[in-house]
Amino acid sequence: MGIRFILLVNKQGQTRLAQYYEYLTLEQRRALEGEIVRKCLARTEQQCSFVEHRNYKVVYRRYASLFFLVGVDNDENELAILEFIHLLVETMDRHFGNVCELDIMFHLEKAHFMLEEMVMNGCIVETSKQNILTPIQLMDKAS
Amino acid sequence: MSASSIMESLFQRSLDDLIKGIRLQLIGESKFITKAMEEIRREIKTTDSQTKAVALEKLTYLNSIHGIDMSWAAFHVVEVMSSSRFAHKKIGYLAASQSFNEGTDVILLITNQLRKDLTSTNEFEVGLALECLSVIATTDLARDLTPEIFTLLSSSKTFVRKKAVAVILRIFVKYPDAVKVSFKRLVENLENSDPHVMSAAVGVFCELASKDPDPRLYLPLAPEFYRILVDCKNNWILIKVLKIFAKLLPLEPRLAKRVVDPICEHMRRTGAKSLMFECIRTVVTTLTDYESAVKLAVEKIRELLVDDDPNLKYLGLQALSILGAKHLWPVLENKDVVINSLSDADPNIKLEALHLVMGMVSETNVAEISRVLVNYALKSEPQFCNEILGSILSTCGRNFYEIVVDFDWYVSLLGEMSRNPHCQKGEEIESQFVDIGLRVKDARPELVRVARDLLIDPALLGNPFLHRILAASAWVSGEYVEFSKNPFELMEALLQPRTSLLPPLIRAVYIHSAFKVLVFCLHSYLVQREVIHPSSVDDLATGMPDLGFGIKCVEVSDIAKCQSAADCGHDDEFNPRVSDISVEDSTMETTRDITVHEASSSVSLQKEPFTHESILNLLNLVKMALGPHSGTDEVEVQDRAQNVLGFIKMIEQELHGLLGEEKGNFEIGEHKVPKIIELMYNAFSKELGPVSVSAQERVPIPDGLMLKEDLSDLDNMCADVLKPPSSSFTTGNPQFGEREGDSFFNLHGKEPEPSTESTLLLAQHRKQHGLYYLPSDKNETVSNDYPPANEPPLLSNLVDGTQDLMKLTEQSLASKKKSNHAKPRPVVVKLDEGDELPVSATKLTKESKDDSLSGALRDILLGDKVNPMSSQRQPSDKSSGKREKEALVDSGYASRSKQNLGDAQPSHGSSSSRRSKHRSHGKEKQRSPRRNNEGKEDTQKDKKKGSHHHRRHKTRQRADGPPNVISQTPVIPDFLL
Repeated sequence: MGIRFILLVNKQGQTRLAQYYEYLTLEQRRALEGEIVRKCLARTEQQCSFVEHRNYKVVYRRYASLFFLVGVDNDENELAILEFIHLLVETMDRHFGNVCELDIMFHLEKAHFMLEEMVMNGCIVETSKQNILTPIQLMDKAS
Repeated sequence: MSASSIMESLFQRSLDDLIKGIRLQLIGESKFITKAMEEIRREIKTTDSQTKAVALEKLTYLNSIHGIDMSWAAFHVVEVMSSSRFAHKKIGYLAASQSFNEGTDVILLITNQLRKDLTSTNEFEVGLALECLSVIATTDLARDLTPEIFTLLSSSKTFVRKKAVAVILRIFVKYPDAVKVSFKRLVENLENSDPHVMSAAVGVFCELASKDPDPRLYLPLAPEFYRILVDCKNNWILIKVLKIFAKLLPLEPRLAKRVVDPICEHMRRTGAKSLMFECIRTVVTTLTDYESAVKLAVEKIRELLVDDDPNLKYLGLQALSILGAKHLWPVLENKDVVINSLSDADPNIKLEALHLVMGMVSETNVAEISRVLVNYALKSEPQFCNEILGSILSTCGRNFYEIVVDFDWYVSLLGEMSRNPHCQKGEEIESQFVDIGLRVKDARPELVRVARDLLIDPALLGNPFLHRILAASAWVSGEYVEFSKNPFELMEALLQPRTSLLPPLIRAVYIHSAFKVLVFCLHSYLVQREVIHPSSVDDLATGMPDLGFGIKCVEVSDIAKCQSAADCGHDDEFNPRVSDISVEDSTMETTRDITVHEASSSVSLQKEPFTHESILNLLNLVKMALGPHSGTDEVEVQDRAQNVLGFIKMIEQELHGLLGEEKGNFEIGEHKVPKIIELMYNAFSKELGPVSVSAQERVPIPDGLMLKEDLSDLDNMCADVLKPPSSSFTTGNPQFGEREGDSFFNLHGKEPEPSTESTLLLAQHRKQHGLYYLPSDKNETVSNDYPPANEPPLLSNLVDGTQDLMKLTEQSLASKKKSNHAKPRPVVVKLDEGDELPVSATKLTKESKDDSLSGALRDILLGDKVNPMSSQRQPSDKSSGKREKEALVDSGYASRSKQNLGDAQPSHGSSSSRRSKHRSHGKEKQRSPRRNNEGKEDTQKDKKKGSHHHRRHKTRQRADGPPNVISQTPVIPDFLL
């Protein structure tokens, strides 16, 4: 599976984007988000970005007011996931221009499409910003 | 379009409106959402596709962010998915991948829609369908759509092809038969020149290899992975390939030889920390036998450790602890960083550091390290403090305290840990307290001292985490009261008013311990007064009656005790002969010597510690303290309190008379009290020992029992009803099964045809409660010996013959001074080898263990290979044109590839320096004939064979057997031609 879920959460702990690669019921999702957000948001800048939770790891990174949390299998490469998060942010940045929380809120479906281009089945399949954004730009033009 | 729907579409809230609306609600957000949901429910039913799509879009948003249920709208999702407008279709697919699961019934309806979109000429529609399928594919969908996916696997459009590759993972999981059809195409994508397609394929193989219980199936692909490892420049792909190798390397040691150099090369060259770390991880997990690689990895780990980035530091420590299991020197080399990390700001880093520190603990430094850590725990926050305490407890307790030499030190450390204000390890400390008491005789005096210190501190009673420890302390001080310096003080501690804070079960332990202390005091007093001549007391004790304090005939043989007790009962006068006899019978004199000696030395300051007055006070204290408990509604407490009070009542009156008289100035025969006290005392003196886990299994089956026959009778008797339980008896533990069968038979022997229902119920009941009866007569013949308190008699006689507890006496003769080095390690009672298994020593030498593992695998691999290979000639010549360095590394491979190819293709087996160029050519050539076979093979192959394609193809030219045989026996794959 590699990546199990990707969450974007703001400083207040509100979920701004949730993408799961395994099916969880709404209750399970809510419980998981609550636990993880509580765990990660309590940590300081001086602490490392990896948190073990249940039987997997959460790799997270903070950009301004947004936390990017990625749940991964235990043998996944933490640093690669951090790079993945950074790539995601850069891609969003390129598309929205200085991306902020509101961009993601109001263009949630676009954020989802970017993720779909980057990750399938929990595997990272695309790491070139251009390739990720091309279909989205084409769709924008078409509609 | 009806008028209402026009109105709806005109005035419909868009998603943006909805989000803005939610943002405006400072409070009452849920009310707003409820209202929005009402709108959505109405809008989604409309016939207008635009309105419907927007409604679904809003619903999807609310589902994703606000957790609103959308399963009710599944059918509408299908409707929107099948829209001809791409923008709507997109919304529908997103909604489907977000909300559909195995339980969604309308999923049956989308097969045709998906098929249509998968075959669409619009690559984005294909992309949508593939992405959706990768999330929601069910077994049915996977089966029905496999042909379409198969076609897309060789699509000319990269965009589609990479997604088709990625979706295949889900297809394989849901519908394993798809492997037959598509595996080869998947492998071809691994060789694709397009990095995106290859990346997706590597990702799929990485997942397959890590999830597959038998990664050996992927060994034949090792050459492909090797090529990627050497040639690829993309770090994402390299990391995945390294992960695949991490799975394959343990299976094929010769593969390690090949990849160790490229991995080290990457580690040296790369600027990407993620790739470097993956290389380190691969080395520390699978290449620990390669010294140079390990050295390089340790160098790089050091770089991570001293980095300011907490992420790198954490990962460095993690890598170090993986490595620490096999090589300790890297940990010791980085000791400074590790110890500094104990005070890091990050709890995760601290925890890793703690594990590493505990990994360094050995017999010689355990005291020092534990001291430092326990002091550090005092200053740490509660959670980490308990991590420290927990790891000290588990490290020191491991494998019967194997690293603890000085138990006095350890016991006082336990006491110190208990006093840590954050301590929550009550349960662990409790069990070690009791366990050490039972197993390590030499530790008992110190144990009693520590227990006393804990018991008399009234502050500790208020901390619920310590209650378990206090229970253990109470038990220890009652059980080993003879080592106590001041039993009166102990009694006061056990009966202090604040014990009301304890839970009833623990209060019961307190009261019972008080009972033991009381009996001990009375007995000692009477011995001191020469009212009782301690039965079987040897010369030392009888010669110095004033030192009777502390005499406890722990080891008096029970036969002797029984005799003396019986004799006492019959004789009118106290008969000194009895004690003589028992002295003769006693086999434990030496032990007693020691006990007396030690105890007397500990109380040498107090001559005649027990006075008339002190005993009276003691009795009053007990009566006062326990009086209120006799009416409590806690049964355990009430029961124990009544026992003690009843005992006091029984002896009290006579005792007063007794106490009043002058020493030795009465007729003992007239008094029952001394006898009662002595009996009680003896009852409490029984040694408690640890019980083996496997004790019950070792009870031999008595002769003359035809268990097997009975069992078979039973089977015949109720063959139909007992099917499930009886089968489990026979496959389970044979002895239990037989006993079960036996008792069962006995019960029903007189009724040959029991009602089937009751039989079944009874059998189930037995099974549930594990009631396995032993025949009583046989039991008696074996166990007419004394039954020790909690040790099955058979066990001690038959099993522990070798475990001579008496060896301990020699140990206790050793000097009692507190020097850490001079004192030999006391004997720790271990019952049997079986006990050790669950806690098998994982000290610091795991090499042998892992060697045996890989050895076993190698055996399996080689064992399988030897047969098909035996007919082949061993190559005598090494290829010529190789560079020196490679020749060394390659020798194994050259010979192996020779073996595989036989003499038919010497050019392939010879040179690996030419591999990258020749390889691609060879591939082209080889692939073409394979394609011809494709159609035929595809339909025939199962999963296993499918994954063997490669190898099979390469060994195709060998003529020494039918192809079937070859593909089934795991042949050594020629990894690197």
